[in-house]
Amino acid sequence: MTEVMPKGKLYESQKLALLYFWVALALFGAQILFGLLAAWQYLDPGFLYGKLNFMTNRMLHINAMIVWLLLGFMGGVYWFLPLELGREVVGIRLARFAFFTLVAAVGVVVLVYLLVQYGPGNAFTLWFITEGREYIEAPRWADLGIVAVMAIFLYNVVATALKAKRITGVVAVLMFDLVALAGLYTAGMHYTPNISMDQYFWWWVVHLWVEATWEVLVGSIMAMALMHLLGTPRRIVETWLYLEVALVFGTGILGLGHHYFWIGTPEYWLGLGGFFSALEPIPLVAMVVHAVYDAGMHRMQTVNQPALFWAIAQAFGNFIGAGVWGFMQTLPQINLYSHGTQLAPAHGHLAFFGAYVTAILTVIYMALHQVRRADWPRFDSKLWKWAFVLMVVSIFGMSAAMTVAGFTQTMVERAIGGSTWQAYIEAQTHPWFQNGMVWRFVFGVFFLVSYLVLLWDLATIGKGRAAQAKGVGAHD
Amino acid sequence: MEIGWIETTIGALFATAILTLWLSRGSGWLEPRFWRNAAWVSALIMTGILVYLTIDSLNQIREGSARVPAYTVINKAIGLKRDYEKHRDIPVIGDEVGFFGRTWSEEEAYALVNKGKLTLQSRNCMDCHTLLGNGAYFAPDLTRAWLDPKWENMVMSMTGKATKEEAMAEWLQHPDRYPTFARRMPNLHLSEEEARALVAFLKWMSAIDTNGFPDRFAGVQ
Ligand code: HEM
Ligand code: HEM
Ligand SMILES: [Fe+2]
Repeated sequence: MTEVMPKGKLYESQKLALLYFWVALALFGAQILFGLLAAWQYLDPGFLYGKLNFMTNRMLHINAMIVWLLLGFMGGVYWFLPLELGREVVGIRLARFAFFTLVAAVGVVVLVYLLVQYGPGNAFTLWFITEGREYIEAPRWADLGIVAVMAIFLYNVVATALKAKRITGVVAVLMFDLVALAGLYTAGMHYTPNISMDQYFWWWVVHLWVEATWEVLVGSIMAMALMHLLGTPRRIVETWLYLEVALVFGTGILGLGHHYFWIGTPEYWLGLGGFFSALEPIPLVAMVVHAVYDAGMHRMQTVNQPALFWAIAQAFGNFIGAGVWGFMQTLPQINLYSHGTQLAPAHGHLAFFGAYVTAILTVIYMALHQVRRADWPRFDSKLWKWAFVLMVVSIFGMSAAMTVAGFTQTMVERAIGGSTWQAYIEAQTHPWFQNGMVWRFVFGVFFLVSYLVLLWDLATIGKGRAAQAKGVGAHD
Repeated sequence: MEIGWIETTIGALFATAILTLWLSRGSGWLEPRFWRNAAWVSALIMTGILVYLTIDSLNQIREGSARVPAYTVINKAIGLKRDYEKHRDIPVIGDEVGFFGRTWSEEEAYALVNKGKLTLQSRNCMDCHTLLGNGAYFAPDLTRAWLDPKWENMVMSMTGKATKEEAMAEWLQHPDRYPTFARRMPNLHLSEEEARALVAFLKWMSAIDTNGFPDRFAGVQ
């Protein structure tokens, strides 16, 4: 793969990728911090009440997540693209400019969120403070900025492929997917008083991102990762990628209907959404089979131990978090009662972590290998295992706690209580629910610890005494 | 025309399979070419169907349609009734009863609900509450908030207001003063006008036909 570049030398595009990764990791930290504040407010509702309210912490929590995952993906693409195409990315200065603009814009948005928090009910607030629509709360000016940055990014991918006069299957999939991903974001930029129409298009961003275009994006990134990690032949990797794309789009596009059961939309969505979304786990099973088969072929021996483990975690995490926890509540007969309970974040946490956080960590470890110790035949450290195990245990712990709380809510508030305000209160004060919230916080603290260990490992792996370089087997 | 979901499903799967097989004739199903074809065929067919259904759905959820009421519904009495054939609750729109003591014209009702929606977004309500079941889980679902018995059972006497809409508007402006349980809604500094607009928005939303969500709200008969 790296014939063009001598070992240990980096493309400019790859140096830029590193910047993306470090900022992404910092925002990951911010996400955890605000998640913990929000989780604590469940236990102590007076905490920061009126000063930094739940909604503001939660908004920062999920927006930090969206931005850092996008930064991580862009970093991943900038890392692999020159390797795929055998040449430098064309608009590297433009890319750098876009990066610093984006970071500055995120800084401004965060400051406004923290200091201004909300505004009067008019268009000014929507343009300059917040749009107040879960996940895409960013004010309109920032939306336009994000679209501009995406456009630069797209231009770079396409122009580099054209210049290289070479296009691989992975890059072709990537290009079409990124166009769709950026296009979908614009579906989330319209205001309407009609809440049914509002949510109709809101889900085009939220669902068609995470269950269609992001899924294909990580599919392409993981395809490139597996080729480098395990030396799997391109023909096999690309055939699997096509299969995954066919199944993800084949099930996920109409699977969108599982969000159209109850928002005012017509009845046919009950059947269509239920059917197609119930099939969405199939491509996720395919990804597990692919990853396990490839890794098993190599007896888990690879050039990069932490990256391989995160890659395997990605396959399983995607299947369990998105496939199993999503399937659990996707049929309308179940969703009628579970909709909008803690079961949703139980699934949301496991899925976002399992499918996307793991993918980005895989690429970061691969990048660090090249940056710090391209001469090591096998990249490894003692610490990463601790971060890995603790992080996986913590996210499962949090999700398990929310699953118990969500089930209590489904039964007590929805099935028995008639979904009123009072029924809500009864469920929220039920001991099973409250215990769930305590355990969610406890595992959240573990999660923070695992994040710190992870950061420490990322900062130090491959540095200092080269003690861990065992240099066992594995191809280069 | 009614669109049948089974026909659509079978049609979509069938078309994808046939077109993929036809385009890939001559190559085995394990070859990259087969799956490359499958990938873009399924993407195009499913997107096409989604676009078609979107046009139909948007028509059916336009305000003033059978599923989503006109904004002037705020002038009417609103209730829920059990449809025992489908076993689900459906909203029923009753007589003219007025809203804040008067009748609102089409433009006035639109302006009011619109203001309510802007206020909803500007105060980020959906990062604590769910609406139509979507949002955050820190506070109750608001889909049928207008119909919630708590306004009459508790909030009217707590605020000393004579009508439900006045009680709601007062409560929304000072939720910190009228706690209902340990978790209190923060004071979001709503103006009187914004609070009334929000009540209008909630009333309008409660008349949307949601295919029966939430089931048996407040034990509907
Ligand atoms: C990596 C992929 C996925 C991610 C990141 C993800 C994430 C999420 C999140 C965050 C929500 C909550 C949305 C909200 O705030 O209202 C959600 C809802 C939902 N997801 Fe997923 N999801 C994924 C895949 C899936 C799959 C494959 C299925 C089905 C098999 C599924 C089924 C559902 C359902 C039914 C809901 C609605 C829950 C409710 O009614 O409250 N998801 N998802
Ligand atoms: C210390 C760790 C974390 C804590 C304590 C935490 C806590 C929370 C809390 C309290 C909420 C609000 C739920 C509600 O509305 O009731 C939330 C929402 C959410 N968090 Fe986290 N979180 C953590 C880590 C993460 C991670 C690692 C991810 C994903 C990578 C994540 C993704 C999300 C998502 C997608 C939502 C919205 C879910 C929905 O609407 O259904 N969180 N989190
Ligand atoms: Fe979805």
